[in-house]
Amino acid sequence: MEERKPLSEHEKVIEINGLYKSFGNYHVLRGVDLELYKRENLVVLGKSGTGKSVLIKIVVGLLTPDRGEVKVLNQHVDQITYKELLALRLKVGFSFQNSALYDSMTVRENLIFPLVRNQRKLTKGEITSAVEEMLDAVGLLHTINQMPSELSGGQRKRIGIARTLILRPEIMLYDEPTAGLDPITCLEINNLINEVQERFHTSSIIITHDLTCAKAVGNRVAMLLDGKFERQGTFEDVFNTSDDRVKPFYDYNFIQ
Amino acid sequence: MEIKDEVKSPGKISRTFITLYDVFQFMGRFFKEGFLPPYEGKELMKQCYDIGYRSLALISLTGFITGIVFTKQSRPSLSEFGATSWLPSLVGIALLRTLAPLLTSLIAAGKVGSSIGAELGSMRVTEQIDAMEVSATNPFKFLVTTRVLASTITIPILTFYTAMVGMLGALLNVSLSEGTSAKAFFQSSLESITFLDITASTIKAVIFGFTIGMVGCYQGYNSSKGTEGVGKAANSAVVIGMFLIFIEEVVSVQFFGLFRT
Repeated sequence: MEERKPLSEHEKVIEINGLYKSFGNYHVLRGVDLELYKRENLVVLGKSGTGKSVLIKIVVGLLTPDRGEVKVLNQHVDQITYKELLALRLKVGFSFQNSALYDSMTVRENLIFPLVRNQRKLTKGEITSAVEEMLDAVGLLHTINQMPSELSGGQRKRIGIARTLILRPEIMLYDEPTAGLDPITCLEINNLINEVQERFHTSSIIITHDLTCAKAVGNRVAMLLDGKFERQGTFEDVFNTSDDRVKPFYDYNFIQ
Repeated sequence: MEIKDEVKSPGKISRTFITLYDVFQFMGRFFKEGFLPPYEGKELMKQCYDIGYRSLALISLTGFITGIVFTKQSRPSLSEFGATSWLPSLVGIALLRTLAPLLTSLIAAGKVGSSIGAELGSMRVTEQIDAMEVSATNPFKFLVTTRVLASTITIPILTFYTAMVGMLGALLNVSLSEGTSAKAFFQSSLESITFLDITASTIKAVIFGFTIGMVGCYQGYNSSKGTEGVGKAANSAVVIGMFLIFIEEVVSVQFFGLFRT
């Protein structure tokens, strides 16, 4: 599999400085610093429970940090009003680990929901064509009238991504996009993430512990170790090490 | 690796105050969001229809049977004083003042409260509420304000419906036993009902409806711990909802009693 190269663009779309987050007695993030550049795919790696998902939930304002600075598209997430946060969220798409599709709605209604609530002046025809275009982009136009319970895990992930993309976000946050999927479907999701980057010109953070996914989609990789990003760079940079905390991760994914 | 510190968790009394603070904050948010645009009219109508439709069959049956049973049980006591002609007014007052609001609310707490708790709880644990948040939709406005408003509007309507169905049950019993005509029955029962009875019943039903919606939404919206949390939310919505309705009933009887003397 070919490793992806870092992009040369240097405009920062997300800037995180000295971020701390605890849950009761557990200090999950301990001084996280991270930047996401325009149009790059940044893969965040780390063991389960190390705070990867917490990090992107803070980015989108679902969780508040204990300490630190989070700037998204030049706006301080923890300092803006709720109304401003909602406006910012229109520019930041979030694809959930379990897709989080509205299970009482059909696929069509799932896609229409965010669209009509945020762009209330659209005509019926415009809504239909936007939904069909987005489902076509993820290759699932035929599921338009199905309920989420009738879809496979991979299809649910794709619909989740389509629902996010329908608002045309500038930034995409993927939470474990390949978790629980078979290798072929993983490959399809990886291709979809790259297609999204190319077609919609998005900048993305991809949370995963799947190194095949990391290698396939990441322009840059950051490894969360002990609550901090201690290793960042290309895939090679991160894994070309004898660090005992990193090596087993690589060995498990590619040797076993 | 996570660092584990010794952070003392709050005691039982502190937790109670924290929960109370949380509940008041939740209620405050409802009043703030409920009256500010954009309004969720379509969803509100859907919820009103759902709540009404879900409870209608059970409420009809319960109301009708209550009317029959209450009339039947009251007859011997009244007949001792030769006052069976007071039955229509007794049933009318009892139904409107207490039985209809209480029965309707208790049934709704069971059916609607648990359903709201389970629905929102399941949406919370499957991250559907978070998905609404991140797609720039205010889930509190869409899910909570609409459901609380819907139950606040629908329960009073259902209460008067229960009273009406109960009266029909009573009429059936009275006309079979005493041969009273429908016209005479309704004339007698409606004569004894005052404006205060109607007002008090409406206010009580509004408060009960608000309680059912608020408790169901609070429990569901704040549920956690997976599927176990969903079950807990549904259960708490019913138990706490019914408990509060009884307390409110006692307080309102005392309160409206002040205007009757």
